Amino acid sequence: MAARHPRNIELLLLVLSLGVAMAAYASVGLAHDAVLPTDMATYGAGLAGLFLVAHLALRRLAPDADPVLLPAVTMINGLGLAVIHRLDLAGADRARRLGNIAPTASAPAQITWTAVGVVLFVLFLVVVRDHRILQRFTYTALLAGIVALLLPLLPVIGTTINGARIWIRFAGFSFQPGEIAKLVLLVFFSGYLVAKRDVLALASRRVAGIDLPRGRDLGPIIVAWAASLAVLVFERDLGTSLLFFGVFVALLYIATERRSWLLIGIGMFMSGSFLAWTMFGHVQQRVDIWLHPFAERNIRGDSFQLVQGLYGMGTGGLLGKGLGQGRPDIVPYAKTDFIVAAIGEELGLTGLMALLIVYAIIVQRGLRTAVAVRDSFGKLLAAGLAFSVALQVFVVVGGVTRLIPLTGLTMPWLSYGGSSLVANWILVAVLLRISDASRRPAPPPAAPIDDAKTQVVRR
Amino acid sequence: MNAPVRRLAVAVMVLFALLLLNVNYLQVVRASSLHNDSNNPRLILEEYSRQRGPILVGGKAIASSVETNDRLKFKRTYSDGRLYAPATGFYSLIYGATEIESTANTILSGTDDSLFVRRVMDLLTGEQPKGGSVQLTLSSAAQKAAYAGLRGRRGAVVAIQPATGAILALASSPSYDPNVLSSHDSAAIRAARSKLTGDPRQPMLNRATRRTYPPGSTFKIVTATAALESGKFQRDTPVDNAGSLDLPQTSTNLPNFDGQACSADGTATLEDALKRSCNVAFGKVGLDLGADALVSQARKFGFNTTVEIPTPAAASRIPTDLNPPQTAQSAIGQFDVRATPLQMAMVVAAVANRGVLMAPHLVQEVRAPDLSVLDRTRPKELSTAMSPQTASTLTEMLVTVVEQGTGSNAKIDGVRVAGKTGTAQQGGGKKPHAWFVSFAPAQDAKVAVAVVIEDGGGAAEVSGNQLAAPIARDVMRAVLGR
Repeated sequence: MAARHPRNIELLLLVLSLGVAMAAYASVGLAHDAVLPTDMATYGAGLAGLFLVAHLALRRLAPDADPVLLPAVTMINGLGLAVIHRLDLAGADRARRLGNIAPTASAPAQITWTAVGVVLFVLFLVVVRDHRILQRFTYTALLAGIVALLLPLLPVIGTTINGARIWIRFAGFSFQPGEIAKLVLLVFFSGYLVAKRDVLALASRRVAGIDLPRGRDLGPIIVAWAASLAVLVFERDLGTSLLFFGVFVALLYIATERRSWLLIGIGMFMSGSFLAWTMFGHVQQRVDIWLHPFAERNIRGDSFQLVQGLYGMGTGGLLGKGLGQGRPDIVPYAKTDFIVAAIGEELGLTGLMALLIVYAIIVQRGLRTAVAVRDSFGKLLAAGLAFSVALQVFVVVGGVTRLIPLTGLTMPWLSYGGSSLVANWILVAVLLRISDASRRPAPPPAAPIDDAKTQVVRR
Repeated sequence: MNAPVRRLAVAVMVLFALLLLNVNYLQVVRASSLHNDSNNPRLILEEYSRQRGPILVGGKAIASSVETNDRLKFKRTYSDGRLYAPATGFYSLIYGATEIESTANTILSGTDDSLFVRRVMDLLTGEQPKGGSVQLTLSSAAQKAAYAGLRGRRGAVVAIQPATGAILALASSPSYDPNVLSSHDSAAIRAARSKLTGDPRQPMLNRATRRTYPPGSTFKIVTATAALESGKFQRDTPVDNAGSLDLPQTSTNLPNFDGQACSADGTATLEDALKRSCNVAFGKVGLDLGADALVSQARKFGFNTTVEIPTPAAASRIPTDLNPPQTAQSAIGQFDVRATPLQMAMVVAAVANRGVLMAPHLVQEVRAPDLSVLDRTRPKELSTAMSPQTASTLTEMLVTVVEQGTGSNAKIDGVRVAGKTGTAQQGGGKKPHAWFVSFAPAQDAKVAVAVVIEDGGGAAEVSGNQLAAPIARDVMRAVLGR
């Protein structure tokens, strides 16, 4: 049954996702220059090479891992590259019209970061042969996560871009450590909750059918809540704040199986949001933009980006204008936060729904891994990783489509940005590592205990 | 721990379902309202990314789109902006479009249904889509003569080819330069527009088609037509020769402009009354005919209806519930009778065209970007305003106005010109408007003209002849090439 081997399925799906990426690239070139891009073959070969490296690494290092995750990620990554390239062309055209020097193209950098992401993906699989090793670094991860979160607040290397202080800059590179912090903090959450789940699951009183935790066990959630608020207040990063707290509460619920934690978490989230809304102007402004984007006071200023994105998606309609034929470049930050609006405009509802479904597949595959894996740490980590992708997609797409207030987060694997892309390639490596463990055929049953030799059991 | 993960999976699916529902709402339910929102710059960018077709007069483009280096690819440029503004209108980023730029917009922008096949071809061949062109009926010589003759005074000139209704000149003064409104700099457009709208001389008002004036004595042509058509009057029928008419039911009188009798030798014919523009005689004729006959005749000339050339012109009016004194005043183009210069040109054009009123029109033909003809305006009859006999008689009477009467300044050597002066009282102490309407050559008219100069007249009937007739003459000469 060689054909049913997960890696063979994966290879087939990879060809498909490479096809999507190349078709997108070709259609951008056709729309812009009316001819196929001259570097089509080189680009295709390069992309195929990268995908193949990841695939071969899996064949060797995680042969039983889920076959859908990698193709889904490469499809999103490839589509993102085409859209970023398309926006590069629009930027260069604009500069030429105005007689300015063309801005540095983003797509080559994104290709480089994709390569770095794939290298780190392979490196992770090489170094970490068993995900349970990560549990040993629970508290190291906490420290690393906190340092990573605090780095942007430091003078000199910390940088404020567009009002959010979430960047560090050194040696000419800027990096968002929050993306790495997301990963290491997930390791910490999982390790910590595995250790403490029994205590946290203890009930004190039963109120209205819900078992309330003991007061003294509220410590961790209060710390997580306070830290999230701190991120919001000091770094003005609404999205990251929401993401961390949401994932923490979800993991707490999974670890303890206590619904009370969910209710407490949601209550704390609501009260925290309300507090932030009453106290901080920038939060009030976000809410105002969300509720009244078309108001005269907002439309040319604060809500310009949101409204232009909505116009773009409205113009795209059912089938879109076609890649390279709309005007997604009108929307500020179309390559990063608003790449979803660009896809909605040029690929239409059809393209956007397809994209969302690919994300949903990734999330469900991740959660399925969490269900299948045997150890608690792996369960929590896989569920946390998958849920973080889901929450991030929800927060970004919901923000851009005005379902919820807009926050500043990138679309995993899709948006332009090195830190996000690299971190999310590592994220999928971790998921695949856990998936490999969960799907590995059970070892042949051990010899009956009576026949076995006496062993010294070590723990 | 699997049960909570499964529940989480359900929750995640709910989140994704919400996203999918919301993008469906945005891109299906709200798609067209978002796309067509006036704040959506994509609409304008799309429109400006196509080369808008030219508006042509003769073989020359008077409005064309030239490529620029800014965000909007093409800029609308008018080669003789002020001269042709009443015909072309403007095409502005902020204020939309007017006149032909507005009425022929779908052709010019290339979005018209008749260009659909062409657009599909462009899509397949990768050719830049372009707009079609609109050829106007204007004669550049007549238009220049008209605009130059106005010399910046407030007024308007309309010239029509009587046999077809083709508009040969459509001038309004003072005019404005549509180039300042088609700029790509919003601040500059706003400033230019507020300067134009703040100007008390109203340069953006299209006086040729949008402003109605009391037609004064030029309306006597309508009254004379009604008189001849009634059968009660002939060219030589004697009319009231008094210097003043006692209006029934009132204590006021209607005097001739100089208070003197119409004819010094004691009797005056209908022809004399027209030649000397006698108010008393025409007031009496109006009373004899009655309000209904007068109103019905005016209607046949186009009063109380809206014509589209294709931009709709203001409707010229004659009240339909006239009592006798009002009838007498209306018969000489006073009281509440109002007419656009276009309307008065239509009146003389109908006389010139043996009584048949042709629909006035400004667009001659419409061509696709590849210059194939999409549409050519065919002359259309609006109404029969009078019998050919009446038209012929009236023409001879109007020739005497120019050759022996009040319209002497419209004479052209070697051409018989038919015409009529007018000095329309405005009341309220304002100076009267000076009018002149004419056509030539009298028996085989090639051009009919109406000229009005606002507040230009003195008290006397001569002002129409002094101020307006020379302009009419120049326009007729430009068309006739003499």
